[in-house]
Amino acid sequence: MASTVGSVEQAAAFELKGRMATLTVLRLLTPDNDTLNRQLEAKVAEAPSMLRGLPVVLELSAVAGASADQLALWLETVRGQGLVPVGISGAGEDVATAARERGIGVFPELFGGERQSPKPGSSRRSAEPEVLPGRVIDQPVRSGQQVYARGGDLVVLASVSPGAEVLADGNIHVYGTLRGRALAGVQGNREARIFCRSLRAELVSIAGQYQLSEHLGGDGAEGPVQVYLEDEALCIVPLEA
Amino acid sequence: MSKIVVVTSGKGGVGKTTTSAAFAAGLAKRGFRTVVVDFDVGLRNLDLIMGCERRVVYDFVNVINGDANLNQALIKDKRLDNLCILPASQTRDKDALTQEGVEKVLDELRESFDYVVCDSPAGIERGAMLAAYYCDEAVVVTNPEVSSVRDSDRMLGLLASKTRRAERGEEPIREHLLLTRYSPQRVDKGEMLSVDDVREILAIELLGVIPESQAVLQASNAGVPVVLEESTDAGQAYDDAVARFLGEEREHRFLVEKRGFLGRLFGG
Repeated sequence: MASTVGSVEQAAAFELKGRMATLTVLRLLTPDNDTLNRQLEAKVAEAPSMLRGLPVVLELSAVAGASADQLALWLETVRGQGLVPVGISGAGEDVATAARERGIGVFPELFGGERQSPKPGSSRRSAEPEVLPGRVIDQPVRSGQQVYARGGDLVVLASVSPGAEVLADGNIHVYGTLRGRALAGVQGNREARIFCRSLRAELVSIAGQYQLSEHLGGDGAEGPVQVYLEDEALCIVPLEA
Repeated sequence: MSKIVVVTSGKGGVGKTTTSAAFAAGLAKRGFRTVVVDFDVGLRNLDLIMGCERRVVYDFVNVINGDANLNQALIKDKRLDNLCILPASQTRDKDALTQEGVEKVLDELRESFDYVVCDSPAGIERGAMLAAYYCDEAVVVTNPEVSSVRDSDRMLGLLASKTRRAERGEEPIREHLLLTRYSPQRVDKGEMLSVDDVREILAIELLGVIPESQAVLQASNAGVPVVLEESTDAGQAYDDAVARFLGEEREHRFLVEKRGFLGRLFGG
C-alpha cells in the first residue's frame, strides 16, 4: 500500500509503505545498569561486526516499575556499546512518554503479559514414553450415540447397537456384539485394529478404508474377530482361541 | 416416596397409551395413589382409553398457564378411587409445555400421589423429552420388529444422557422393557423378532411381554384399561408386569403359542 503526497504538478517527496522488518529485541531482565553494561560489553566483544550499529528495541516488561531516569541510563549504556536503540516496548506510561521525548519510538506489547523463560524441569520432551489413556465405556452404545476416543484406544464392555458409532484414533475393542459402525485409526493410523466378540457391524473402517455390512458377509461373523488393514484392504479374521 | 414413571418408546403406535392406562390402573388397583398424565398435547388419546373423555374440562396446559388449578383439571377414575387422570390439551401443540411448567405440575402431583405415570408422545422431540426429563423410572414399550427396537434403543440412549438425573449425575433412571403386540406364532414363522433377540439388543431388564390380543382393542374401544379385564391374556400380562415392577417375582407367560387340543394331538 502506498500513498503519495502533494499535488499533481509537484513530484511526490515521499511515499509511506508498510514493510515487515526483523528487529532485534533486547529484553532487559535486570534493572541494574552496571550489570547490563558489563554483560553487553562482553557480548559485543564476541560478535562486534554483528552487533555494532544494530537497531534494537528495548523490551522492559520483565523489569517492573522502571523509571524515566533509569530509561535514560539504559539508553546511554546501549548506545555506548555501539547499538542503536530505536524503540522501547512493555513499559509504563511515564517511561513511554520519556522515550517519546527522546525521539525513541514506543512499540505495542511484544510479549503478551508475563512470559518467563522455561523453568528448569518443565521441559516439554519427557524421557518417559507417552501413554495416552484410552476410553472405557461400560454401558451399551445405543442407536444415535457417538463415542470417540481421541488419541487412544476405545474399549466398549457392552454391545454397540445398530445406528451407533464408535470411533478411535487407536484400536477399538468391543466385548459385546458390534452392530453399529466402528471406525478405528480415524486420524490415519493404519496400524489400528478393531476387535469384537461378534461382528454384525453396519460398517467397519480403518484409517479411512471402509467396508459396509453387505460386503462383510454372513459367514465368519459368529465368534470373535479382528479387523486390520493389509495392502489397502481390510482383513476380517476370526480370533484363534 | 413418590415416583415419576415415564412410558416411552420413540416409535408411534406401539402401545404407549394403552400401557400407560393399564399400568396406572394396575398400580391403583394395588392401592397406590396414582395419577396418569397425558403429555401428548394436540393428540389427546389417554382420556379415550381411560373412558373419561366426556368429563374433560381443564387440561395440563391450562394448569401450566395458571388458567386452572390442579384439582380442577384432575379427573377421578370411576372404577378406582385412588386413580386420577390429567388430560392433555387437544387444541394446543407441544410448544405449550414449558420445562418450568412441567416441573411445577409434577412437583405438585408428587405431593399427593405415590406414582405419577407420564404417557409420552411418540418421537424424540420436545414433547417426548419433557415427558421423560423428570422421571425416576422408564417403561420402554417396544414391538418385536427392527424399527421399533432401534427407536427404543435411541430412546434409551437419550434417557441415559438427556434427563435431569443424567444431567445432575444422580443415580441413573431404572429402565424396564415392555414388549407389546407379541405373537409367538409369527415369531416361529420368522416374521417377528423373538423376546431373546430384543433383549439381546436392548440389554435391559424385561418387565413383561404383552401378547397381541383382541382384548386390547376391545378394552380401548370400551374405554377400560385392559389390566382391569382380568380374564383376558393381555390383562393378565399387564398385571404380571405391574407386579414385577413392584418387585414381585413372576414367571413370564404368553411366550409360546397356545395350542388347541388338535394342535397338541398332532404336535404340528
